[in-house]
Amino acid sequence: MSEQQRHENHESEHKETKQRREMSRRQFLSYTLGGATAFMAAGVVIPMLRFAVDPVLQAKGEGTYVRVVEESKVTEEPTEIRFQVHQVDGWYESDPQLVAWVARGEDGKIFALSPVCKHLGCTVNWNTNPQYPGQYFCPCHGAHYTKDGQQLAIATAPLDEYDVQIQEGYVYLGPIKPNERV
Amino acid sequence: MLKAIYNWIDERLDITPIWRDVADHEVPEHVNPAHHFSAFVYCFGGLTFFITVIQILSGMFLTMYYVPDIVNAYASVDYLQHKVAFGVIVRGMHHWGASLVIVMMFLHTLRVFFTGSYKHPREMNWVIGVLIFAVMLGLGFTGYLLPWDNKAYFATQVGIKIAASVPFIGESLQTLLQGGDIVGAQTIARFFALHVFFLPAVLLALLAVHFFLIRKQGISGPL
Repeated sequence: MSEQQRHENHESEHKETKQRREMSRRQFLSYTLGGATAFMAAGVVIPMLRFAVDPVLQAKGEGTYVRVVEESKVTEEPTEIRFQVHQVDGWYESDPQLVAWVARGEDGKIFALSPVCKHLGCTVNWNTNPQYPGQYFCPCHGAHYTKDGQQLAIATAPLDEYDVQIQEGYVYLGPIKPNERV
Repeated sequence: MLKAIYNWIDERLDITPIWRDVADHEVPEHVNPAHHFSAFVYCFGGLTFFITVIQILSGMFLTMYYVPDIVNAYASVDYLQHKVAFGVIVRGMHHWGASLVIVMMFLHTLRVFFTGSYKHPREMNWVIGVLIFAVMLGLGFTGYLLPWDNKAYFATQVGIKIAASVPFIGESLQTLLQGGDIVGAQTIARFFALHVFFLPAVLLALLAVHFFLIRKQGISGPL
């Protein structure tokens, strides 16, 4: 309660007996204690919560491009290309092998699809199921995709693409992005 | 000797009444299999708790050998299973118990449902039970990753994809569960922490409320 209000209340007492709406000593103390406790509890809890959600708030790293194959060797038939990327997973650094299905589209442009099924993350393969010739097929739940990665069943999204750069006759693959061909 | 120790403590702390409150209560006839054999259906809740205790104990012992690290996790599980005496038994208890606890919990839920025990005034305990069910599934999901074999890896991959499909917060949820951009070193550390500290703590708290409510409200009457 501000000084002015207090003053007004004080004055009004002379005119008429009005109930003073002041905080009791007991209430003031319990608010103070409660506030101090909440402050201290927050001091304990906030660092732990921030600690736990750190991965969500960390900035995403810049993607690097890896040279994988000569431009002239890419045909209309998708070929499986394995390449290594440097991967930093917290304290663990490694050079895992990634897989891309590289092909030349009907428009003549080279594109590279990720083999990770968009249904639930299993690995798709080109032309492995006799029921679906000329398609990507996922053995886990039977999702299949066209050459461009367009989903035909089970999956709800087209296969992801690697960002492709062509430099001096070589194909470079970069970070994974949503499919832009379909 | 034991009696003397008990009396010595009881004389100072008066623990007998406390003990009576916790353990010494009548089991109604209609839930006692000794009276009606069909009353065995009332045992599933207790069996769920019994298996939960086994899970906690066997899990505690497993952590004596297990390390939550992507390089060593599989090797440590392989070692404790094949090189350590009774490793097959202890890990087997935890492995099969994990499935059994879900089965028992399901049977317990069916019993509560078909005897109508969830009705007034026990609605709250049904809700607590559903929360326990969710925590149990969480324990199953996080524990599944820990051996770090192919099955574990891809099951987690799939589970996290499901979490990632949640509207709006899905992507953040995925990063939070993974502890990074991929299922990797940080994921196994996180899942281990959830599996042995966070979820069991929540589970024990919920179980305490579950048991307190059933003692306070009593077992529902006969059909």
